[in-house]
Amino acid sequence: MDPMILSELSGNVASVGYGLAAIGPGIGIGIIVGKTAEATARQPELRGQLQSTMFIGIAFTEILTLLAIVTGLLFG
Amino acid sequence: MGGLIPHVPTLDDFFPPNFLFDGTWFEFNRVQLVRLIVLAVVLIAMCVLASRAKLVPGRAQSIIELMMEFVNNTIIANTLGLREGKRFAPFLITLFFFLLSMNLAGVVPGLNLAGTSVIGLPLLAALWTFVVYVAAGVKKRGVFGYLKHETAPAGVPKPIYLLLVPIEFLQVVLIRWASLTIRLLANMVAGHIMLVVFIGLTQGLLLSGTWLVAISPFAGALAIGIYGFEIFVAGLQAFIFTILAAVYIQMATSDEH
Repeated sequence: MDPMILSELSGNVASVGYGLAAIGPGIGIGIIVGKTAEATARQPELRGQLQSTMFIGIAFTEILTLLAIVTGLLFG
Repeated sequence: MGGLIPHVPTLDDFFPPNFLFDGTWFEFNRVQLVRLIVLAVVLIAMCVLASRAKLVPGRAQSIIELMMEFVNNTIIANTLGLREGKRFAPFLITLFFFLLSMNLAGVVPGLNLAGTSVIGLPLLAALWTFVVYVAAGVKKRGVFGYLKHETAPAGVPKPIYLLLVPIEFLQVVLIRWASLTIRLLANMVAGHIMLVVFIGLTQGLLLSGTWLVAISPFAGALAIGIYGFEIFVAGLQAFIFTILAAVYIQMATSDEH
């Protein structure tokens, strides 16, 4: 790859696949974290529990994006 | 023009050439060396600290104790509960320390490659978790009782079971540990590639010999920022892996859904 070419489009759908796959989980994680912030503001004493629930939810959501990384590397 | 062309990261970075026992079953490359070094450092540090454990902890001992308390108070207390979680605390604390040290190897200068960035270690940890939660469930309910508990929750309309049972069964025997593996592996691989891209970008700009040199400090600052982010990710992934292991154990051993 010539480093001086600043923009170049090549490859197949796998090149943009990750970007597409990041949309949904991005929105999902935003909702999770936002709701956790809201709940923490309502009940600050439950902060620890809410945070662990938040991380579990994030883990289940972000796996979809991470699968896109893996499939992009496998089939790209 | 001119200058050095920066290193463009590929997947081959994670499979460096073997330098010992090449061609045999015991091929030894940089990743294995990193893992061995981390293992030795952690084992020796832990043995030394444990043999000199005092009632009033010194600095090193209190750091380790803080981390153990973090696992106990944040992960175990919020999922399994302290009383039930006591049986699984050694497993979860070991898992946390193991993954944390292996992940942090990726940001230690000189090692620069996480022990968990090749599939072997995440797979091992995930299968270990799988065996632990299945064993805990089977021990409590027997094989069929455990499968019924995990795959057929009560209070669902009868026809839905046709769809629910296969999905939940697949979830228990495959998806849980496979997703644990992929989550950890993909995070470490992506993190390493991101670091290489930004540091390579800085080098490329710095040595480009054109006006682009002027923006190389910004790229360097970005690379340092990414470096800090990777330290955070190393801790976060160890935390998430451990908390999911605790959640799976809790799902297998809980009395009611």
